[in-house]
Amino acid sequence: MDPKLFLSASRVFIVAGKGGVGKSTVAATLVTAARQVGLTSLLVETDGKPLLVDGAGDQGLTAQTITPAEALAEYLDRSGLGRISRRLVTSGIVDVVASASPGIDHLLVLGKVKQLERAGAADVIVVDGPAAGHALTMLRTPRALADSVVVGPIKQQANDVLAMLNDEARCQVVLVTIPEPTPVNEAVETAFSLEEDIGVRLAPIVVNRVDANPSIHVPDGVAADSAAARAARFRNDRIAGHARCTDDLARRLPLPQIRLPLDTSATLDERTQHLLRAIEDLDGDMR
Amino acid sequence: MTRTALDATIADSHVVVVAGSGGVGKTTLSAALAVRAAVEGRRVAVVTIDPAKRLSDALGLAGDSAVGNDPVRIPLDDARGELWALMLDTRSTFDALVDRYSPNAEQAQRIRSNLFYKNISGALSGTQEYMAAEKLYELNGDDRFDLVIVDTPPTRQALDFLSAPARLRRFIDHPLYRIVIAPSSIGLRAVSAVSQPVLRTIAKVVGAQALDDALAFFKAFQGLDAGFRQRAHDVDRVLREPSTAYVVVTSGQAEPVAEATYFIGELASANVVVSLIVANRLMPHFGDGDDSLPASLLDNLRELADERRAEESNLMALSTARPDTPWIRVPLVPELVDERLDTLAALRLLGRALGDAD
Repeated sequence: MDPKLFLSASRVFIVAGKGGVGKSTVAATLVTAARQVGLTSLLVETDGKPLLVDGAGDQGLTAQTITPAEALAEYLDRSGLGRISRRLVTSGIVDVVASASPGIDHLLVLGKVKQLERAGAADVIVVDGPAAGHALTMLRTPRALADSVVVGPIKQQANDVLAMLNDEARCQVVLVTIPEPTPVNEAVETAFSLEEDIGVRLAPIVVNRVDANPSIHVPDGVAADSAAARAARFRNDRIAGHARCTDDLARRLPLPQIRLPLDTSATLDERTQHLLRAIEDLDGDMR
Repeated sequence: MTRTALDATIADSHVVVVAGSGGVGKTTLSAALAVRAAVEGRRVAVVTIDPAKRLSDALGLAGDSAVGNDPVRIPLDDARGELWALMLDTRSTFDALVDRYSPNAEQAQRIRSNLFYKNISGALSGTQEYMAAEKLYELNGDDRFDLVIVDTPPTRQALDFLSAPARLRRFIDHPLYRIVIAPSSIGLRAVSAVSQPVLRTIAKVVGAQALDDALAFFKAFQGLDAGFRQRAHDVDRVLREPSTAYVVVTSGQAEPVAEATYFIGELASANVVVSLIVANRLMPHFGDGDDSLPASLLDNLRELADERRAEESNLMALSTARPDTPWIRVPLVPELVDERLDTLAALRLLGRALGDAD
């Protein structure tokens, strides 16, 4: 389908995936892809780390970082509590507040994302979500708080964020995985949990680092222990393993797949081209 | 034969903390280190956090009985030492601490049934790191083991694990905590003026019910704080002892390498020296093919060599940033990725690969 259509189908894309699958790189690639098709885009980091994507600097790509402490301070400010909010944050009371109501830090971060979305900060806002299981925890928070808190600003905030999460024109989740058994299992579990518990729309799943080359034939004359034969076996095992995993994923998860090639030395620009091509290959009416 | 940095780490440490971003094979590597150390004669306990099902099966950690409380012995025929493993259960580790420091069973029960406690002792970020450190401390003092290997939780920040005891202490020493418990000791009237606006603000943010739960928790927690504080201090000491080694694991992919570099820098700023970097799951070196081979075979050799070079160039950035840290390269063990093979055997393969690595 048309990449511009794909990337403007939703204002916010939350990128989620287990550590090490290339989540931040995929998030950065989505941002540069959006720019290439003429959309303004914004990258948001939520785990308090600097942007660790190779080549991001060359592309003039910077991320806006949202930390729970800052989001809380801002929230308190907006709730008319500006005078004491600074003291609360600096004295570490934010730790206790967060503990007193688990998930409040996540809610505040999502609340800030929602605010950017409402303000129309960019055509496309890509959120590099927290690693590992934290993403699920984060996205579950608004529903849990909307259900458990009866009144007050938190209830309001939770409802507002939930409204964003449940509206596919406003927000979708891009799951990222790699074609190996454990990450695939996790992606399937996460996907069902996201749709069933939270009701958030899942964009096509990104399967990163797929070796989709044809397998290599080793003629009879080549010694089995030669470098060439061992390398071919290694490659064929990997190709077969990746095919098993992507098939398994397709069988268990009825989502279109965006398969990005395994290319360790690709620049961000090359990755962007890969992504745009993969989006073009998607069936238009599958989503 | 000269001793490798890896064998030195295994032989000389009492505790090995394995850190790194997710997806680099950290949990598997921790298990393989443990297997290797046990084969070499040490009595090892390995603490894993949320292992993949296959690994937990291989380590005999399947089923509820093996979760959390006490390590289980894993039979290893050729080991001169012993291998024990346990899967961290944050909640029951926290429960055990509450039981230990409660003056009586009734108070322990009151804390354990408090909603706020249930929240913080569950999956809340920070608690898992602290309980991993707590478990490490407990096992370090257990005579059955002379080496404890801990797979750290996949944290957002490297220092989460290291700073966990300090954070617990800060929590206990927190002004809010003192405000809350103060009324019973120095009289309600004197403090209420200070505490009320603060509490009202917090109630506005988190809701009155959550605040009530928190207050009830802090009240019930009275009398336990001294014990907890001392414990956090002791755990902190073990984390900083010279016999505690830090191993950082990465793969050759750009993103994990960048994370590892950032990680080690953070540890260095906290005066923690990383003993060893393990570059894991690297493309093996196959060697050259001769020109008479079919083009497809030669292309493949070249492509895999290119991948290997790309990994090396990623890793170069790390070794340039940290020239003094010893490190080993471990080639990918395909058996560990393939779900159809026996994991314990694959762990031995990885353990051997670790020994062969330079």
